[in-house]
Amino acid sequence: MPVDPNKPLEIQKKQYQQMVNRAKPRPPILRNTFWAFIVGGIICAIGQGFLNYFKGLGLSALEAGTASAIVLVFFTALFTGLGVYDEIAKYGGAGTIVPITGFANSMVAPAMEARPEGLVLGVGARLFTIAGPILTFGFTFAWLAAILYYLFT
Amino acid sequence: MAAPKKLGQQTVMFQNPPVIAATATIVGPKEGQGPLAHTFDKVVEDPYYAEKCWEKAERRMLEEVMQTVIKKAVLAPANIDYLLAGDLLNQIISAGFTARSLGIPFIGLYGACATMYEGLALGAILIDGGFADYVVVGASSHYSTAERQYRFPTEQGVQRPPTAQWTVTGAGAALLARTGAGPVVTHATIGKVLDLGQGDPNDFGSAMAPAAADTIVRHLQDTARGPQDFDLFLTGDLGIYGKGLADQLVRERGFDIGNKFADCGTMIYDHQKQDTHAGGSGCACAAVVTCGYLMQQMLTGKIKRVLGVATGALLSPLTTKQGETIPVIAHAVAIEMR
Repeated sequence: MPVDPNKPLEIQKKQYQQMVNRAKPRPPILRNTFWAFIVGGIICAIGQGFLNYFKGLGLSALEAGTASAIVLVFFTALFTGLGVYDEIAKYGGAGTIVPITGFANSMVAPAMEARPEGLVLGVGARLFTIAGPILTFGFTFAWLAAILYYLFT
Repeated sequence: MAAPKKLGQQTVMFQNPPVIAATATIVGPKEGQGPLAHTFDKVVEDPYYAEKCWEKAERRMLEEVMQTVIKKAVLAPANIDYLLAGDLLNQIISAGFTARSLGIPFIGLYGACATMYEGLALGAILIDGGFADYVVVGASSHYSTAERQYRFPTEQGVQRPPTAQWTVTGAGAALLARTGAGPVVTHATIGKVLDLGQGDPNDFGSAMAPAAADTIVRHLQDTARGPQDFDLFLTGDLGIYGKGLADQLVRERGFDIGNKFADCGTMIYDHQKQDTHAGGSGCACAAVVTCGYLMQQMLTGKIKRVLGVATGALLSPLTTKQGETIPVIAHAVAIEMR
């Protein structure tokens, strides 16, 4: 249906939306999901490899988990700094965002960019621009879960 | 008495059409790998342009094209009556800081990606009105400064939807003169701000297409001209999908510009090879293609008359988060080689 400039604006908006819907390309969801699965799987497999390695060195399961998280965060920071991580994420999508590597990337990326604005008001203030909501809601739900745990056990 | 140079509802016709005496362009590395690479004066391989931050790099590019365009016209900054410039950054810092070092009376402009054409229209008005002999018009944008301000940090791992566009790194400038040789600006149509309810900040093409179509149709009606009177309709940065929508909207209102319709945003990159999705965008997109490719085509006589129409999305990241839709604008300038 054409967009009729003589009709009221609300009707024009609806007519135009129909036109846009027809023209707008769909994101390749199937392909994106496939690559998210592969890339996310590889990251998790690498993490598992480190976990096994640290366990093999005699760390407890909890300690080995912490150590492998540290290693993954280190490599993400390194690859973000080298400008490689966002190239992987272009294909990996959610597969690179969901693991702990996504969190590390979202802290290093703004920190790198904020460098010209100084250490305090630049890096310090901007470090959490992307990660901030994750922390806020992470803390909130951890707190809620703790209260529920306290009340019902 | 009606304004003597006003034509129809939104168009002005210049009695002594100002001349585009010279143009200058600089682009970044990605644009330098694109299909229009040979039309630019200079390709900078380092996105930092040997500066400490991207903002300074953008500023340096804008300053350099201003100086180049003045030099090409064999003039000095002291000869220029007005500098009209703008960019995408908050408080249009690229333009303001450039004006600081040039020392030319400065009028800062903001029309988002339509800034270059807003400048050409106003510059021509200043000259034909008898207020200036020489006006320099320029605009700049930078992929990284724009991403930083409007979207995510550049190293953040995000997936871009197919409708997303790539901000052009570069700067373009044109020198308008009262007399001289070169293409002339014959008409300008100042656009109205429209909003057909599109709110997706990753799809500016769909948001801006109605503005482009409205200004094109308005220009043709105001001047009583038709598509047959032009060799080319060149929009700024509608991108692949926006261009299709604008073409359709213009057709619905009775004009067929299909085979003469080109968009700077779809020309500047090779979308298959350069992974730029729907095309280029940013102030520099319309600026460098107009000052580079288009001027070459006109000076070599391949294009005689063009209607250049640059579109701008007048939003900020704040308004998007507050749930607002995107107000859009398009300014048109008719340029011809006589």
